[in-house]
Amino acid sequence: MINIPCPFCGPRNESEFSFGGPVKPDRPDPNSVTDEQWVEYLTTVPNPLGAVQERWWHVRGCGTWLTIWRDTRTHDIVKGPNDA
Amino acid sequence: MMLNRLSTGGRIDRSKPLKFKFNGKTYTGFSGDTLASALIANGVSLTARSFKYHRPRGIVGAGVEEPSTLVELLGGDASGNRPATTVPLTEGLAARSVNCWPSPNFDLGGLTQVATRFLPAGFYYKTFKWPNWHVFEPTIRKAAGLATAPSCPPTTGHFENRYAHTNLLVAGAGPAGLMAALTAARAGKRVMLVDEGIEPGGSLLSTSQSIGSLPALDWVAEVVDELADNPNVTHMQNATVWGYREHNYLMVHERSPKNPSVIERNWRIRAGHVITATGGIERTMVFGNNERPGIMLASAAQTYVNRYAACPGRNAVIFTNNNSAYSVAADLIAAGVKIAAIVDSRATVPIEAETLTTQTTIYAGSVVTTTLGHKHIRAAIIEPINGGEACTIPCDLLAHSGGWNPTVHLFSQSRGTLKYDKIYATFRPDQPHQSTTYAGGFTLAEALLSGTEATAVALNISAQDIPVTANVPYAIEPLWRVENSKGKAFLDIQNDVTVDDVHLAIREGYSNIEHVKRYTTGGMGIDQGKTGNMNIIGAVALQQGVPMDEIGTTTFRAPYTPISFGAIGGLREESVVLPYRHTPLTDWNHTEGAFMYEAGARWRRPGYFPHAGEDFQTAVNRECRAVREKVGVYDGSPLGKFELKGLDVDRFLDHIYTNIMSTLKPGQCRYGLMLSDDGLIADDGVVMRLSEHRWIVSTSTGHADAMNGHMEELLQTQFPDWNVFLTTVTSQWNNATVCGPNAREVLQALGTDIDLSPKTFPFMSFRDGKVAGIPARIVRVSFTGELSFEVNVAPRDLRSLWDKILAAGAPFGIMPVGSEASHVLRVEKGFLSLGHEVDGPVDAHDLGMGWALSKKKPDYLGKHAVNLRRAGTANRRELVGVLPEPDCMIPEGAPLTPNGQKTTTEGFVTACVWSVVHNRWIGLALLKNGHSRHGETAHVRLKDGVIIPLKITAPVHYDPQGEKLRS
Repeated sequence: MINIPCPFCGPRNESEFSFGGPVKPDRPDPNSVTDEQWVEYLTTVPNPLGAVQERWWHVRGCGTWLTIWRDTRTHDIVKGPNDA
Repeated sequence: MMLNRLSTGGRIDRSKPLKFKFNGKTYTGFSGDTLASALIANGVSLTARSFKYHRPRGIVGAGVEEPSTLVELLGGDASGNRPATTVPLTEGLAARSVNCWPSPNFDLGGLTQVATRFLPAGFYYKTFKWPNWHVFEPTIRKAAGLATAPSCPPTTGHFENRYAHTNLLVAGAGPAGLMAALTAARAGKRVMLVDEGIEPGGSLLSTSQSIGSLPALDWVAEVVDELADNPNVTHMQNATVWGYREHNYLMVHERSPKNPSVIERNWRIRAGHVITATGGIERTMVFGNNERPGIMLASAAQTYVNRYAACPGRNAVIFTNNNSAYSVAADLIAAGVKIAAIVDSRATVPIEAETLTTQTTIYAGSVVTTTLGHKHIRAAIIEPINGGEACTIPCDLLAHSGGWNPTVHLFSQSRGTLKYDKIYATFRPDQPHQSTTYAGGFTLAEALLSGTEATAVALNISAQDIPVTANVPYAIEPLWRVENSKGKAFLDIQNDVTVDDVHLAIREGYSNIEHVKRYTTGGMGIDQGKTGNMNIIGAVALQQGVPMDEIGTTTFRAPYTPISFGAIGGLREESVVLPYRHTPLTDWNHTEGAFMYEAGARWRRPGYFPHAGEDFQTAVNRECRAVREKVGVYDGSPLGKFELKGLDVDRFLDHIYTNIMSTLKPGQCRYGLMLSDDGLIADDGVVMRLSEHRWIVSTSTGHADAMNGHMEELLQTQFPDWNVFLTTVTSQWNNATVCGPNAREVLQALGTDIDLSPKTFPFMSFRDGKVAGIPARIVRVSFTGELSFEVNVAPRDLRSLWDKILAAGAPFGIMPVGSEASHVLRVEKGFLSLGHEVDGPVDAHDLGMGWALSKKKPDYLGKHAVNLRRAGTANRRELVGVLPEPDCMIPEGAPLTPNGQKTTTEGFVTACVWSVVHNRWIGLALLKNGHSRHGETAHVRLKDGVIIPLKITAPVHYDPQGEKLRS
């Protein structure tokens, strides 16, 4: 049960959140990229051994979508939503 | 009459005798006993049979480390595989040994001892490969079965979960843990002190030591009293910290909560800092036949005489490689036990150990090579460690100590690292990963000091002075196994893993310690190898000729000790985990005798309203006919509804819907499809434009929560600068939908200020006004294919509106309609339902809804992906209507195959209902190239080979021009 720093509510239990998955690159304009690039954007999800940037939705709290960096090996939150 | 009970001493209450049953025989113990100590006091030494070989076994330990005597509790406390050493004795307790039948004394399974050579290391892996696991399975399952799981849940009381936050969590109330808790409590910190024992004190309960001027247990009582007076301290006994998760989140299994109606409780605790003051566990010595009844850990023998006044033998041999066994010898002598010999594998015994026992024969530089006896030890055979003449020493107790391991389980679970310490011959905590400190030591003074200092450093507070203690220094020379052992030398007593098994595993290539563990099953029992794992590591290191730290330990995982499923589950059962959602009509539905069930997203909805004597089909047909011929009304409240406000709502909706929404005029509605960006259909629904910048979006009931997340994610992460505010209004707008040819007449009879004529209030528009005096918004959408008025009102008004509709509709033949009739009506009409006709591969074109995909918009979610997907596929499955011939019901999901052959499917039936319009069964199906096959015949192939032909038609079985719903 990781402890997620919500920018509005402070540190809260993971059970208040819904996992939003790793952050993908910005959505490209589908009309200006090749099909291969578009499929790559749609289907490739970052899955590093180490720090991954990911989104969580504080659905059972304030409703905010937030972004953290979490180490997939240890669950350490190496960068919170309010960290520069 | 308790054969082996000492007349004085111990922490038992001799004024409170307790009767209990073990393997059918009745015995008496005292309050304060465990089942194990009571058995020892009664002279019962053969208490178990071993797991694999069914060898006679006794009690080996005195606490959670017990590898041998597992019992099944019977009666009201039924539970399985409990170490007898951890079961507090209660009046009427009934227990039986596991792994033996009919009793440990006469065990038929013992015959497998003869077949020993057929059960080598890796037996399971080998038989999985060859010759055939299933040959062995029935016998193995029967023989290897531990206790039987209780068949019924407890009849009284309940389990519970609880959550807590604390500045400091201290695991263990021994000397180190008590000092830690005291230090933090005096500094005003919030402290939770959790200990697995019935009583606080840890190792002090087993030994006979002093702290300051007091007997150690008086000091314990003083500290506990002080903590009890401190409102910041929560102190739990008989509660185990069994799991240490990330971010200092810990699990505690509390087995005797103060509230008598709570059987057990599981705590989830977030701690600022954690001190693991978990003490140490003694390891066994590894020699031939080292597990006969009467052979136990030295610390266990000490615990039984000191704490329980139960004497496990009268004539003892002690076998050790370290100093701690000498104080055991002293305590046994004080209890009246004769020490026949102390066998010490070290060439020289340190003087401070030797002086603890005078007039005792010490065999230094010697080892026990094997033991004699069958159902109880008779004698120990000892030899000089480097070979020489053996001698036989008769005894009825062999107390052995292979040295001490700090209990690093929690520290290691927290991802703290371990480091091998050559001086103490064990792995000790090294670098913490979380906010964790291990506290404890090999002597009492070390433990007390470490407890206070660890806390002072961690919480940045001042340390306490520690009281003076007398200490015997701890010294050890490791002996991982006796080289010249004769007979099986067990490393893991619970799983019957011997030194030979480990050697075999290494010979067969399983040399990594994790592989050795899995191949031999060493350390995989209920005790998780608490007494034997270090010896396995030692045996592997010796065999491979590498140092201990290169071998390393296996991974320590939760739970530290077994925990009941009840405690994990707590009060949670289905309706508590995910409560049902109700509309204001639930009570009315119940009174009307509706058949209620869950219909998406936990909403309780009426399936149908059977009249007296009606079966399912008759009731559904009657409701359908009411809608098609007269008028019906249903509760459409659960539909997902969202209000969107802001300057950018129009372009946001254009982005998430496939069709154009921004051209919608205020007062109008439009049906739309939403795709995910990879082109799959995510949802469908109706959008209403209330005013220039104010909209209502409706979603299907089951997807409302997901759509909420989807829209919020887009707005907050992709378009944070767009001016759109999203509010869920599902439960703010309820509706009663009046549908059928007489719907307009019913609305007029109710009385409304809205002009209902089709010209001024056409299909796919809405009007605000009053209905029967209630503020309402009427929406002209239709899910049944009939003229339909969705009357939206505030929840507080729904019930009164409902009553008025039924009263006003009575002359027109109105009926309440449930979900089953709605389903029939939408299938007749060929309207899609997301759970039925829409699955992964299906797109809008396949459903005949290509018109919904805008060609004008350069981009919207899923646009590009739909085109990419179609470009790569031919022979798509397309939505068609089907008419079974002969007329019969086809189960939903039934596969369609070419000519009904047993071959790859070409589609499936998505729905099949009795049509009141056609008076026959009709259905919908997804069929390969279905759009071009109207008029042909497809075939359903059912499970039992029955083939049913289906005529393929257009998917709309009723009113294909849509004249009725526009009327």
